[in-house]
Amino acid sequence: MTRDINSHEPAKAPDRVGRQPARRRVVEFLLGGGLVASAASFLYPVLRYLVPPPQADLGSDAVVAARVGELRPNSGKVFRFGQKPGLLILTAEGEYRAMAATCTHLDCTVQYRADLHQVWCACHNGLYDLNGRNISGPPPRPLETYSVHVRGEEIIVSRRPAARRGTYPLAGPGAGS
Amino acid sequence: MGFFARLRGWLDERFGWAELMAPLRKKAVPRHRLSYWYFLGGMTFFLFLIQVATGILLLLYYRPSAGEAFESVQYIMTRVKFGWLIRSIHSWGANLMILTALAHMFSVLFLRSYRKPRELTWVSGMVLFFVVLGFGFSGYLLPWNTLAFFATKVGTDIAGQVPLIGPWLLVFLRGGEEVTGATLTRFFGFHVAILPGLATLLLALHLLLVQRLGISVPSALEAEWGRLPAERREMKFFPNFLLRELMAWYIALAALGVLAALAPWELGTKADPFAAAPAGIRPEWYFLFMFETLKWIPARIWIFEGEQLGVLTFGVAALLWTLLPFFDRPDGRGRRWILGAGIFALAYIVLTTLYAYLGRQ
Amino acid sequence: MALFGGFILLLPPASYGQGKNTCLDCHAVLPPPLEVAQEQFARDIHAEKGLNCASCHGGDPSNEDPLEAMSRAAGFRGKVRRAQIPALCGSCHSDAAYMRRFNPSLRTDQLAQYRTSGHGRGLARGDTKVAVCTDCHSIHGIRPASDTRSSVHPLRVAETCARCHSSAEHMKGYRLPTDQFAAYTASVHHEALVQRGDLSAPTCSTCHGNHGAAPPGVASVEFVCSTCHVFQMKLFDASPHRAPFAAAGFPGCVTCHGNHRIARPSDEMLGTGRDSVCLNCHSPGDAGYQAAATMHEQLKQLESAIARAQEILDRAERSGMEVGESRLEQAQARDGLTKARVTIHSFTLARVQQDIQAGMQVAEKTYQAGLAALEERDYRRRGLAVSLVSILIVLIGLWLYLRKLESRAAGGATG
Repeated sequence: MTRDINSHEPAKAPDRVGRQPARRRVVEFLLGGGLVASAASFLYPVLRYLVPPPQADLGSDAVVAARVGELRPNSGKVFRFGQKPGLLILTAEGEYRAMAATCTHLDCTVQYRADLHQVWCACHNGLYDLNGRNISGPPPRPLETYSVHVRGEEIIVSRRPAARRGTYPLAGPGAGS
Repeated sequence: MGFFARLRGWLDERFGWAELMAPLRKKAVPRHRLSYWYFLGGMTFFLFLIQVATGILLLLYYRPSAGEAFESVQYIMTRVKFGWLIRSIHSWGANLMILTALAHMFSVLFLRSYRKPRELTWVSGMVLFFVVLGFGFSGYLLPWNTLAFFATKVGTDIAGQVPLIGPWLLVFLRGGEEVTGATLTRFFGFHVAILPGLATLLLALHLLLVQRLGISVPSALEAEWGRLPAERREMKFFPNFLLRELMAWYIALAALGVLAALAPWELGTKADPFAAAPAGIRPEWYFLFMFETLKWIPARIWIFEGEQLGVLTFGVAALLWTLLPFFDRPDGRGRRWILGAGIFALAYIVLTTLYAYLGRQ
Repeated sequence: MALFGGFILLLPPASYGQGKNTCLDCHAVLPPPLEVAQEQFARDIHAEKGLNCASCHGGDPSNEDPLEAMSRAAGFRGKVRRAQIPALCGSCHSDAAYMRRFNPSLRTDQLAQYRTSGHGRGLARGDTKVAVCTDCHSIHGIRPASDTRSSVHPLRVAETCARCHSSAEHMKGYRLPTDQFAAYTASVHHEALVQRGDLSAPTCSTCHGNHGAAPPGVASVEFVCSTCHVFQMKLFDASPHRAPFAAAGFPGCVTCHGNHRIARPSDEMLGTGRDSVCLNCHSPGDAGYQAAATMHEQLKQLESAIARAQEILDRAERSGMEVGESRLEQAQARDGLTKARVTIHSFTLARVQQDIQAGMQVAEKTYQAGLAALEERDYRRRGLAVSLVSILIVLIGLWLYLRKLESRAAGGATG
C-alpha cells in the first residue's frame, strides 16, 4: 500500500467521466488563464522597455537646444541642459553662442537683451558679455560657456572638454570649437 | 495524439528525448517535516535567472563610464518605459537572492546535508556564494552614486588590508590607486562577464552534483527509512515538486513586484570623488556584520595591525567554513563543533547586523 | 618750498638702481623709533622704483660719514613733521608729468582730494591727530593697493581705518562714534568681502571715499548705495517714501538698513512683526501699515507656495518619477520671489504684486506637475495590483491542480 504520488494518468473509472470534465475544466481554465494573464503582465513591461524612448539620450554633456530657423538673429532662448537652464543666443552677425543661464549672483535665470547685445539678469541688473564674462553689477563670476554645433536641422549644445572649460571662444564663427 | 505528445515524439526520434528525460521522471524529492527547506536552493536559482534577465535588459541602456553611468541609470528610471520596474526588480532581486542564498546555506548546514557523499556540493555552493557576494559588491558601484562610491572606497580599502597580497589586491580591484572611472569599468567587466561566466560553470557543477547524488535526507530519518522502507515518503520531482516550486517562484515574483512598485530603489546623487564622504557611510546589509566587527577591533593587537588581523580572521573563517564537510567525522565527533559554529555564525551575523542598524539611530 | 625743490633735484641720480645706501647700514640695526627694517624697505614700492631714503629725507646716502651724510649741507631733513607729510608725498604724487614716468595710469589728485576730506580739513586747522598719508599707507613698506600685503588693500582697509576710529582714546574730543568697525564686521558687506572673497563688496573707502574721506551727507546716501544697488534706488525714487524722507531729513537707505551694521535683509524687516522697520514710522491702521502687512503676507505666501511645490516634487522624485523639467521651472518661481524682494522698495503694493503673481503662477504650475507625477505613481501601483491578481489566480490554480493531481492518484490507486 504505497502512497507514492504517481504522475497524472487519464481517468479510467467510467463513472467519473461525467463529473470530472466540468471540475477539471474549471481548474484548467483557472490555471491556464492565470498563467497567460501573469505572463502577459510580465511580458508587456519588457516589450515596452525594449522600445527606445523618442528622445535618444545624448548623455549629460550634450543636448539638442533648438532647431535651425527657430531663433531669429539677435535673440536668445532658454533651454534645458541636464538639470539646469542654458541660454542659446543667435547673434546679429549670425553666430551661435551658448552658456549656463543661472546667474552667478543669486541664481536667477538670465536672459538675452537684444537692445544691449548682452546677457542680463533681471533680478539685480547684472550684465554678462557674449562670452559669459561678468562685466557689470553684482555677479561675481562669469557664466560657464558651452560649445555649439549645428548638425543638420538640430543645434547641439555640449559641455566643453575639461581642458578648454576656462577659455573663451577665440574669434569669429567656427574658430576654437 | 496531443500536440505535446507529437512534439515529444519528434524530439525522441532525433535526440532520444525519452531516454534523456528518464532520470528526470524518476527523480524524487523526500517528503518529511523539514521538506520546505528544499525550496530555498531553487528559489536562489530562480532569483539568479531574474537577475540575468533584468540585467540583460538594463545592459541595453546602461553606460559604464564615470561621466554617463549615473545619467544612464537616471534615464532608465525616468525615461525608458518601465525602466523603473526593471531596475528596481534588479536591485531588490539582488538583495533577495543573497538572503535566500544565506538561508539555503544555513539550512543545508543545520540539516547536515553537506555530509558524505555531498561534500563537493557544499564546496561548490560556497564558492558560488562568494561569487554572489562579488556580484553584489561589483553591481552596487554601477549606478555611480555617492553612497556606492564611498562604500566601494571603504570596501576596497578593507580588501587592501589582506596580509601579503593586500596592496596588489587593492590596485587590481580599483584599476589604480584610487576609486575612479577605471574602477567602474573594471567592476562592470566583473559584473557582466567574469562573474557570470564563473557562476554559470559553478552552477552547472552544483546542479549536476545535486542531480547525480539526489536530494539529501536528515540522517535520523535516513536511518529510520533504512530500517523500514515502507515508511519512505517521496514525491515525484516532475510534476509535483516542480509545480510547488512554481508556486513559490510566483510568490517571489509577486514580492518583487510589490517591492519595486511600493519601495522603488533610490537613485541618490551623482558621485563626486572630491567631495567629503557623507556621515554614516556603510556597505549593504550583507557586508555589514564584517564592517561592524572591523570597527570594534582595536588599532593594534600586540604586534599586529588590528584591521589586518580582522580581515585575516574572516578569511580563515571563510576557508574553514568552505571545508566544513571534511570536519564532520563518521564517528560524529566534529558534528557538535559544526553545529555550534553554525549557531554562533548565524547569531553573530544577525545580531551584529541588527546592532549596526539600530545602533545608528 | 626750496627744500622740496632740493629733493627733486636729488631724485634723478637715484632713479635707477639702488646705488650705495649707507642710511640702512645703521638704521637697520638701530632700535625703534629709528629702526627701518631692511626687509620692509626691500619690498617698498618706492624702493622698487629706484627711490631711496634721500628722496624724502634728504642727505647723502653714499657718504659713509654720518655727520656729513646727515648734514644740512647735504640737504638732510630728518624726520618729516606730520603736518608736512601730505605736501611731501604730494610733491611727487600730484605731479602728473612726473608720475607718468613711473605709472601712467596712477591718479594724481590724491592731495587735492585729501584737502577736502575730514582729515585734510582737520590738518588745515592744525590738528595733527588726524590721519596723514603714512598713517594709512605705512611709512617704509608701502605697497600698491592691489597688493594683498598693502594696508590699503580692500580686504584690509577697514582694519586700517579702525586703528584710529575704533580707539576711544584716540577719538576723544571728536564728536564721532567708535563702533563703526565693530558694526561693519557684523555686516553682510563684510561677509561678502572677507568670506566670499568678493572684492567688489564695499569697505570704508567705497562709501566714504579714500583720499577725500568724509561721511556722505544725508542727501547723497542714496547715490552712494545706488552705485551698486541700482534697482532699489530707482524704485525708491519713484516711491511714496521719497518725499517724506527728504522732508524729514531721513538719510534714504540708511533709515531702514543702517549704515555700518547692514544686516542681511530678511522678510521680517517688512510687515508688522517684531523686527519690522515699518513700525518705526507707521502706526496700526494707517495706509502704510496695511500695505506693509499685505506685502509681507504675500511674500510669505509665495515662499510657502514654492515650498509646497518643492515638497511634492521631492516626493514624486523619491518614488522614481521624472520631475527634472518641473524643477527647472521652480527656478523661475524663485526668481519671482527674488524680484519681489527688490520691488518692495517701490513701496507700492501693485508693483510688488506683479512679481508675486508671476511667481505664484509658476509655483502652482509645478505643484500641478508634481501631482501629475504622483498620479503616474498611483497608476503604477494599479498596474501592480493587476499583475498581483493574475499571480494570485495562478497560485490558486496551481494549488487546486496539485490537490486534484494528488488526490486522484491516491483515489485512483485505491479505486
